[in-house]
Amino acid sequence: MKAEATPKLHRWAGYYSPVNRWAIKVLTRNLYVFRKTWTTNLAFNIIEPLLYLAALGAGLGMMVDDIEGMSYTQFIAPGIVATSAMWAAAAECSYDSFVRMYYQKIYHAIVATPINLQEVVVGELLYGTFKSVLSGTIIMGVIAALGLVPSSWALLTPFVLAINGLVFSQLAMIWTGIVPKIDNFAYFFTLIITPMFLFSGVFFPLDVLPQILQQLAWLLPLYHIVVLLRSLTLGMVEINLVFHLLWLLIFILIIFPLPQYLMRRRLIK
Amino acid sequence: MPVVVEAQNLQKSYNGFPAVAGIDFQIQNGQCFGILGPNGAGKTTVVAMIYCFHPVTGGTLSVLGHDVSEDARAIKKRLGVVPQENNLDLELSVRENLLIYAGYYGIKRAVAEKRAEELLYFFGLSAKADQEVDKISGGMKRRLTIARGLIHAPDLLILDEPTTGLDPQSRRLIWEHLRSLKKKGLTLILTTHYLEEASQLCDDLIIMDKGVILEEGKPADLIKKQVGTKVLEVDVEPARRNTLVGSVEHLISGYQLAGSTVYLFVPEDETEAVKILNASSYVNTYQVRLANLEDVFLKLTGRGLSYEEDGDYESRSYAKTS
Repeated sequence: MKAEATPKLHRWAGYYSPVNRWAIKVLTRNLYVFRKTWTTNLAFNIIEPLLYLAALGAGLGMMVDDIEGMSYTQFIAPGIVATSAMWAAAAECSYDSFVRMYYQKIYHAIVATPINLQEVVVGELLYGTFKSVLSGTIIMGVIAALGLVPSSWALLTPFVLAINGLVFSQLAMIWTGIVPKIDNFAYFFTLIITPMFLFSGVFFPLDVLPQILQQLAWLLPLYHIVVLLRSLTLGMVEINLVFHLLWLLIFILIIFPLPQYLMRRRLIK
Repeated sequence: MPVVVEAQNLQKSYNGFPAVAGIDFQIQNGQCFGILGPNGAGKTTVVAMIYCFHPVTGGTLSVLGHDVSEDARAIKKRLGVVPQENNLDLELSVRENLLIYAGYYGIKRAVAEKRAEELLYFFGLSAKADQEVDKISGGMKRRLTIARGLIHAPDLLILDEPTTGLDPQSRRLIWEHLRSLKKKGLTLILTTHYLEEASQLCDDLIIMDKGVILEEGKPADLIKKQVGTKVLEVDVEPARRNTLVGSVEHLISGYQLAGSTVYLFVPEDETEAVKILNASSYVNTYQVRLANLEDVFLKLTGRGLSYEEDGDYESRSYAKTS
């Protein structure tokens, strides 16, 4: 391992090597703490999306005609899975990571061991991804039990949720590397997560929007997740899903150096 | 390996501000090495470079046979760190804190458990092993942080202000533990602004201020060299301070003025100086005590550190005979 000096952002390779066994140790630490706190931690992640599903599906759904041949509840169910998984990762790698980094100084404790800061960041991203997969999978289980998941392609959901988790863990961690105070995460949720929640085709098909907004939605990672999840749960698997998948994978790889770079810039002087 | 840490022209700047301005020092195996100085002297910066947290700006720093800029991981595997602020896992129990930390080093579970029990016993934490860290006292948290720094049986333990903020009892208990670690042959690096802590524990020390080393050596030698053996603390009318200094100048190795108090540094015997004080009408009161590191620091920097009320030095007061 080379010096701790912040490597230049354009030296890409150095930002992918921290995906290693040291990062797994950080993940393991977080999982261990999770085992002790999961009851309070997870309940919140799961109850809220089910409330949305109940209020919008059973309530609003009564006033909405079938969309693309399915009931409104069935239409929004995969999107609710995607958004709850998004919220789980985004909350974990923003507020919770910030508490570990800034208040508890856990990052400082770990980098005194053979693990370096970039590996800590990757471990945190993996943990955010875990949280995302876990809560998304549980919601998926619930809506399947409600009879809203007709296709066994839905078994691939956890893979899509992992991609989802990586995307939003990274976006959140970027902010964690920048924000001066924990209150500043409000901007992240208001400006990025909430628009994503509302305009990614979760609650209405995007083709009702003006052309320009439809094209802008293409820039939202959650839109691609929602397309993938809806197609899988309904068994409408076509070749064009590959493009959505590729879009997400490329997005993940491109922003991958940023959380590490920003955290190093923040902590290592 | 006799030399554990070697710094040559070591420099560190933060945005152009020189926090450490080119210092040289060596730390020998088995030593307790102290880095003294007031807040902002650069102590924490020096140790943070030793434990490979902050990269060095200039010069070289070798730790346990490796260059810090080359092989941080190899160094960090073999050194333990007790940071200034506790950074324990608050949600976990005392024992779990040690076990999780052992995991970072890749220590096997059975070995880690045995080692954790030994450390808990050594630091008097066995009874608290299953308590949540949030619920133990400040002194216990500190001891746990030290225990955690030892979980991988390091060759070198770095303690950054280990007793700051603790009550005198807890502080003494920690000194006791550090002494017995030293006896076992562990090399210690200690930063502190408690001069008593440094005189109690350190074999060798450097005194830093504003990023440079002002003086270095063994505590006793430093006191002898810079101050002498005794200090006369004289309460005098401020206008007559210079008169006083002039009258005893031939008997002292130095002096320090602080308000209405004049500190006279006496190399050996204070008898002659005391006679003069007794004969001087402008002297209100005075006392004689043994010289200590505080005096050295005061002399070198022209300002004091936090003064310890429970100091270990001897102090004798003479009733003034008129």
